Amino acid sequence: MSKTIINIKNLHASVDGKAILKGINLEVKAGEVHAIMGPNGSGKSTLSSVLAGREEFEVTDGEVDYLGLDLLELEPEERAWEGLFLAFQYPVEIPGVSNMNFLKTALAEKAKHKGLEPVSSKDFLKLVKEKSQLVELSDKLKNRSVNEGFSGGEKKRNEIFQMAMLEPKLSILDETDSGLDIDALRIVANGVNTLKNAENATIVITHYQRLLDYIIPDFVHVLHDGKIIKTGDKTLALELEERGYDWLVKDLV
Amino acid sequence: MGMKYTEEDLKEELKTKEYEFGFTTDIESDRAPNGINEDIIRFISAKKEEPEWLLEYRLNALKVWQKMVEPEWAHVTYEKPKFQDISYYSAPKKKKELKSLDEVDPEILKTMARLGISLEEQKKLTGVAVDFVIDSVSVATSFKEKLGELGIIFCSFSEAVKEHPELVQKYLGTVVPTGDNFYAALNSAVFSDGSFCYIPKGVRCPMELSTYFRINDSGTGQFERTLVIADEGSYVSYLEGCTAPQRDENQLHAAVVELIALDNAEIKYSTVQNWYPGDKNGKGGVFNFVTKRGICYKNSKISWTQVETGSAITWKYPSCILKGDNSIGEFYSVAVTNNYQMADTGTKMIHIGKNTKSTIISKGISAGNSHNSYRGLVKIGKGATNARNFSQCDSLLMTDRCGAHTYPYIECENSTAQLEHEATTSKIGEDQVFYCKQRGISEERAISLIVNGYAKEVLNKLPMEFAVEAQKLLEISLENSVG
Repeated sequence: MSKTIINIKNLHASVDGKAILKGINLEVKAGEVHAIMGPNGSGKSTLSSVLAGREEFEVTDGEVDYLGLDLLELEPEERAWEGLFLAFQYPVEIPGVSNMNFLKTALAEKAKHKGLEPVSSKDFLKLVKEKSQLVELSDKLKNRSVNEGFSGGEKKRNEIFQMAMLEPKLSILDETDSGLDIDALRIVANGVNTLKNAENATIVITHYQRLLDYIIPDFVHVLHDGKIIKTGDKTLALELEERGYDWLVKDLV
Repeated sequence: MGMKYTEEDLKEELKTKEYEFGFTTDIESDRAPNGINEDIIRFISAKKEEPEWLLEYRLNALKVWQKMVEPEWAHVTYEKPKFQDISYYSAPKKKKELKSLDEVDPEILKTMARLGISLEEQKKLTGVAVDFVIDSVSVATSFKEKLGELGIIFCSFSEAVKEHPELVQKYLGTVVPTGDNFYAALNSAVFSDGSFCYIPKGVRCPMELSTYFRINDSGTGQFERTLVIADEGSYVSYLEGCTAPQRDENQLHAAVVELIALDNAEIKYSTVQNWYPGDKNGKGGVFNFVTKRGICYKNSKISWTQVETGSAITWKYPSCILKGDNSIGEFYSVAVTNNYQMADTGTKMIHIGKNTKSTIISKGISAGNSHNSYRGLVKIGKGATNARNFSQCDSLLMTDRCGAHTYPYIECENSTAQLEHEATTSKIGEDQVFYCKQRGISEERAISLIVNGYAKEVLNKLPMEFAVEAQKLLEISLENSVG
């Protein structure tokens, strides 16, 4: 039996008093890839935000066990130090802060809180060289300000590059495929697949089946109105592509 | 050994006690009695053994000042200083002349260390010549010999008056005339000390010249006077930084800095200012009313770079008079206000010569309940054919309670001028902070990263070692400030 990375039980969350998540149950084990699909407004991005610890979302019920920790009690940065990574749907620009400085700071803070020595400049550069090749990120982009002036595809590749640098236990990819052309999609998926191993897990949140041609999920969950209404294997994704979500919703009634 | 209490010691002690209770009009006294009048001016001048012409300069300034009123146009509110309750002169307790930096008071070294720059480090690593101004009197000057070989004069203002009176007399008050403004007039009457720098023709000063200021004695106003003269074809980079220890009462600081860049000369003047800003409730803090101005002759250049994080009230407009053809003026500024600080700062670029160019980059950062104003004037005179100016004024808000204000003035009398102005106001993004946190960067570090990124264009203009200090200052000044 592989170990459980995250176990979400009856998770309810609201924003501005409006309930969005209405009882999510999901267990993800090491070595697994879970895809969460669903129509717009079903709560996909809310789920990723709540797991990452965004303040504007209020958890009203339920619990989340993450590697034996009460995830909901942790600050966003503490979650990151424990290996939770969110690849943003809309990566944020930070003018004047170089990508390298940003990552070096992130690694140093993590090391500090883990009681480890900060990574040396030499090792850091080695790591950058190795990991940037994964997503074919050019030197020019590495040294530019975080996401500033990046194209949509470059931003997403930069997210996966950061993921590679931080070596998370649980990666949540929030609509990483949106705005990507087919080449970028392949590069991103290749990065994710390379980073996948028996010790970590991935949650892929997506609207389309397309990404799942490249990142093969072990489980596919359908989210609707704040609940997981169906779980299946990769063939479910293909079925959704063909038939849409309506037939599932009809079944509910 | 030698610890026996003797009659001599007793005498010594009694003398000191007497001192303590103050015979303050005594010329031997370390401190002038409170207030300002002709006698006080004479006291200061006598104390400093000044020549007659300088006493006359001061007395004239007093007359001019007495006819002026404190200006009220700036976007700041404060209780006006009671000018008769201030002591206008204080010297450090009797100290022998220092030959080496090792002899400097450990307390001073401690303050320096808090800024991340110890003297030892400075000496060793940066080759910076440091001239201290501790409560208005210089107590240490270094690297003088090395500079001397090149004919560079870098000393306290008082020393310059004694050793190089002809230079001081020729240039003092030529850029900031006595009657220029209320604070400049006050300074001209009572200035205590400051720095003087002269770079001879064609000499490129091989090191950054640096002065550190701090206020020590309770209730002592600081009236620094700085004069920098770059003779034809010379170059100098001058650093000014200050720290003030915590205190409760308001302190008046009214400095005057005059820069003179003769033909083909270049002066780079950098400031990191972190006077005590007052406490969280806006109590205390330094009132900083500064007049800084430079004049550029033909093909010369003056560049002001400032990082302002301190003071309860800041009133400061480092300016350039572009008198000579093809001269260049630059102003790069980061001004941070937090809690109840108020800053009204900016620049004036006065284009007189042909083909003159000026650049203004101002980055305001407001936090807490503070108010941060940019006030600038770009003036193109009739004869300033082909003058060019680029101004960029950005404001970053850290909270919903603070204010950012921009007052750009343009007066243009020549139609060939090209003027560009850009301005932005943004609130520090919660999205940016969350993004950093998600990568494991704590809120405090995140804010410092974001703010330093925002201010980078200006920080990049500072000499390396100063830039590091400035970054630290921004970080300290903005601790726990988002909301």
